[in-house]
Amino acid sequence: MNRVWSLSLRIYLGLVLGFLYVPIVVMILMAFNQSPLYELPIVWSTVWFENLPLNERLIDASINSVALATANTVVATVLGTMAAFAFARYEFRSKPLLRLLLFPPITIPWLITGTSMLVFFFWVGIGRGLHSLLLGHVALSLPYVIVVVGARLKSFGPVYEEAAATLGASPWQSFSRVTLPLMAPGVVAAALFAFAISFDQFVISYFLAPPGQTTLPVEIYSAIRKGFTPEVNAISTIIIVVSMGLMLLFARFYKFGGER
Amino acid sequence: MSVVEIDKVVKRYDSVTALAGVTLTFADGEFFGLLGPSGSGKTTLLRAIAGFIKPDKGQIRLDGRDIGRTPVHRREIGMVFQNYALFPHLNVFDNIAFGLSVRGIRKAEQVSRVGEILSLVRLAGMERRTPRQLSGGQQQRVALARALVTRPKLLLLDEPLGALDKRLRQQMQIELKQIQREVGITTVFVTHDQEEALTLSDRIAIFNEGQIVQSGRPSEVYERPKTAFAANFLGDANFFEGRVAARGRVATEWGYLATNDDLPPQGQPVMLAVRPEKITIGPAAPVGASLGNRLTGHLAQAVYSGMSTTYRVTVGAREVIVFEQNRGDHVFGPGETVSLAWLPTHSVVVTP
Repeated sequence: MNRVWSLSLRIYLGLVLGFLYVPIVVMILMAFNQSPLYELPIVWSTVWFENLPLNERLIDASINSVALATANTVVATVLGTMAAFAFARYEFRSKPLLRLLLFPPITIPWLITGTSMLVFFFWVGIGRGLHSLLLGHVALSLPYVIVVVGARLKSFGPVYEEAAATLGASPWQSFSRVTLPLMAPGVVAAALFAFAISFDQFVISYFLAPPGQTTLPVEIYSAIRKGFTPEVNAISTIIIVVSMGLMLLFARFYKFGGER
Repeated sequence: MSVVEIDKVVKRYDSVTALAGVTLTFADGEFFGLLGPSGSGKTTLLRAIAGFIKPDKGQIRLDGRDIGRTPVHRREIGMVFQNYALFPHLNVFDNIAFGLSVRGIRKAEQVSRVGEILSLVRLAGMERRTPRQLSGGQQQRVALARALVTRPKLLLLDEPLGALDKRLRQQMQIELKQIQREVGITTVFVTHDQEEALTLSDRIAIFNEGQIVQSGRPSEVYERPKTAFAANFLGDANFFEGRVAARGRVATEWGYLATNDDLPPQGQPVMLAVRPEKITIGPAAPVGASLGNRLTGHLAQAVYSGMSTTYRVTVGAREVIVFEQNRGDHVFGPGETVSLAWLPTHSVVVTP
């Protein structure tokens, strides 16, 4: 009985990991396959990587995506951290309401958020463009950043800041020399979140991107519609390697998942 | 070195009154203990002195200057927190040097001052350790060193030894007092541990419901409690209620009891408190004829704890607690008839 149970748990685990990672592995393998029609056996080739620089649309979209995600990360992390600090350390009358307002944006479908943003941005005259994309992405990332940084801030309470104050540290010194280093793991995690949210974002980008300019997910989508080329696999492989590398680097630094 | 005056300080939270007009003076170089049950206002007062809490009314003066509007970081205080609040991301040196560093003091001076204070707390050579690599007692000493290195005017201790085990706590009590003497700093500390308060303090104040019940030297407050609350909170006490019969005599349902305290007019109700260790227990035959109070009862329970025994004696319908050092050759057993006696000076008149 016990052995059967243990075996079925292993199978379950294998299925979960399989569904998560096999598609990614297949995609990476196909990026290195010479055949554009995914024929087996795999013939090793780097032709799709070599072709990448020639695909200007894909390159432009990638640059847009990275620039947008980077800008979004900076803006959303700074604003979100400030908001999380205010939530965690200050008392004000509208706090319960504001805290409640954090969650609906997480639950509202992106399609609806995207549509309403498009309508709103046209109505106030912002229109479409990289600037409205940034606005949309920041608005979308803020709740996540606030929740992640807030959880970290909650884990150590105000006692260290109080100790700093008794030792003569001004509020700014206390924040920069005590609070910030202590909440750094939370801020880094939140920044990764913000980057990923922007970099992954399809629906809102699709609606708000100006004609002639796109982001990588939107470009991949239209590439697939026009006829799938393994170049998409190649660029996806690069993205996966880079993002996983970053993730592992931060995990090593900040011991995600474990105690600090 | 400094004098702190607390002048009619009031603090309310919604319906709860945390401080109901507290007035108190801490003398220069004094070690002052604030004692009381949780929620009695002692911690609120400490945090108001530190500046974390703004009083609704009243003044807190440091050397005659009202510090009510001075922010925490300009108050020139040192504080040791209950769980020390050592910065986990900094090593011992950086923790202690923090107060010097935020004041822009040169690195060379930081090094010499941290070295000095580390030898004062007997932790020389521990500069590179992180707080997590230290034992509880060592963390406590680092916290103390960090609070003292900036040469504050006032040292505040919030349950400073609460997180240590008993043996270490007793050792640290002696050490803490020694260091405080050496530095000569005015020190205010909060505790709910009455023994700690008695051992460390030059003077203590007992708090209850936002008010000071009694303050004075530890022996004064312990020996002559003014209220039943003070008598009960600081140590144990047996209470005897009765009416004034004559000068120095109180009529109770257990007979007449004698006291040296001033009594209200004849016939008035009065309450006497007697410390368990002041009572002599003996066999049913009369004990020491010079002792002015005598009761006879049956031993209900004897709790033997090595160097002492605590007896519960049933006298009439009530229980009297007696504490005896195990000097005699005899430990009484349950059911034995015993007689209890104490001096009139140990019957302390208290208000209920």
